[in-house]
Amino acid sequence: MSGLTFTLRAEPEERLDLSPLVPSRLSGSSEREIAALPIGTTKRGLTVGDVFAIMMGEADAIRFDGGSARFDNLGFAMQGGEIRVTGDVGACLGRRMAGGRLVVEGNAGPFAGSGLLGGEVVVGGNAGDRLAGPLGGEMTGMRGGFLHVTGSAGRRAADRMRRGVIVVDGDVGEDAASRMIAGTLLVGGRAADGAGTLMRRGTVIVAGGVSELGPTFLDNGVAQLLALRLMARGYPGIGWIGERLARPMRRFGGDTAALGKGEVFVPAG
Amino acid sequence: MSESLIRNGVVLDDSFAEAFPMRGTGIVITAVSERWALEAARSFTGFATSVIACGCEAGIDRLLTPEETPDGRPGVMVLLFAMDSASLEKQLATRLGQCILTSPSSACYAGLEAEDQIPLGNAIRYFADGWQVSKKFAGKHYWRMPVMEGEFVCEATTGMTRAAVGGGNMLLLARDADRALAAAEAAVEAIYRVPGAIMPFPGGVVRSGSKIGGKYKGMMASTNDAYCPTLKGMVDTALDPAVGSVLEIVIDGLSDASVAEAMRAGLKAVVELGPEQGALRIGAGNYGGKLGPFHYHLKELAP
Repeated sequence: MSGLTFTLRAEPEERLDLSPLVPSRLSGSSEREIAALPIGTTKRGLTVGDVFAIMMGEADAIRFDGGSARFDNLGFAMQGGEIRVTGDVGACLGRRMAGGRLVVEGNAGPFAGSGLLGGEVVVGGNAGDRLAGPLGGEMTGMRGGFLHVTGSAGRRAADRMRRGVIVVDGDVGEDAASRMIAGTLLVGGRAADGAGTLMRRGTVIVAGGVSELGPTFLDNGVAQLLALRLMARGYPGIGWIGERLARPMRRFGGDTAALGKGEVFVPAG
Repeated sequence: MSESLIRNGVVLDDSFAEAFPMRGTGIVITAVSERWALEAARSFTGFATSVIACGCEAGIDRLLTPEETPDGRPGVMVLLFAMDSASLEKQLATRLGQCILTSPSSACYAGLEAEDQIPLGNAIRYFADGWQVSKKFAGKHYWRMPVMEGEFVCEATTGMTRAAVGGGNMLLLARDADRALAAAEAAVEAIYRVPGAIMPFPGGVVRSGSKIGGKYKGMMASTNDAYCPTLKGMVDTALDPAVGSVLEIVIDGLSDASVAEAMRAGLKAVVELGPEQGALRIGAGNYGGKLGPFHYHLKELAP
């Protein structure tokens, strides 16, 4: 039996809260029950059935045929299984997700992977600002799992990240890894100004170089570290990592304006 | 009256090796070259021949190709055994800190997947004096420790098995010391190819097998006089007149099956060498079967 499929009828006229549409919530539900779930965010009271044509199937493999930048909270607190979207999604993709696999073939809005705890999130296009970051008032951003953006990411990617690995194949915007607590951010392209601002611990590897690092980062010299090679071997499916991380990198320690035990690697020379 | 078995002119005693349960673990040591991986491994497994006085028993299980290691460099699989979990943890941490951390270009990874985990890098990370870096990626947890050479990478924990077996053995009785050594070398070479089993004594061979206790107070073990060729006629000897030298192979394994497989491989090699070049007779050490739960009968393992 194939997976449970939601086919988008038309571009939604309002933002949608898709947080109920995760395997653990839908498992054991009938088509009628699923169709009646409220996903609207206005007083109109939109339900799943209003927005999607439903084709029943295994709830641990959910598919969205068609996406929209108005698809918010997709994969919220997901515990397991897989969700795949053939299109774009909106804000807070995979927020607080703890397990399973979430694949978006298009772009993701802001706060993708916000507070991620575990599992794997893949964004086939670009991600918006504050990738994996915390919402207002939260102390930590991503706390585990693996987040891969095959395009570029916006400002403040990996803000307050505590654990886990983020890979961005393209560029990242200003202030990437700001206030980073720990964890690893790998960037295939370039990082705009302010990378690592106020990071305490953690590792930022920018294969394309950074436009400018703050003066509170200290040059530790060039090194060819085994740990980077080990890391590259951990992600054989992401080709650029193995090739770029095998080269010598210059390590900058910081941000000494904070705890100062983080590190930013850029290509040497 | 027990009957011996004869294979290719070599007599196999109707006897058995008596072995004991141990705790076991494995680690992978890598380095920039096989030479330096072996340097670290030899240092780590040094003075680890017998739990009687060394606190643990350790040995090199096998060489690993770059394709088999986590970091793509040449490596060595090393196994370590002790009588209890606390001793195993202590010996692992001490030897890791003194012999692998110190060895140029080395890195150390878990070599055994098991439910029970014991500290590896977790045990020595404070050597970095606050500069240690914890890295978790691809489902693994590593510690990076700045050292004078650059950086030491070590996995946080490794697996521990409670199903390990220590004390598999065979006694190689030969016409003279040269032939005994030839038989022992043949056995060692064959057993080395069995994964999950090590021979902790020098070169895999023991020339001074022991019995429990001795005439002197406080001696835990003393020479196995029944197998000393120069005491024939003086003691209740286990040797026939033709035997002029005896060597022993001791085997520890991660499981009962790995020790049995190692015994089988060793026996086959010694039998194939034959009595003219190697052993006249193969015996095994035991304590009557009342102390150790694992019994490896030579007849059952004979080729």
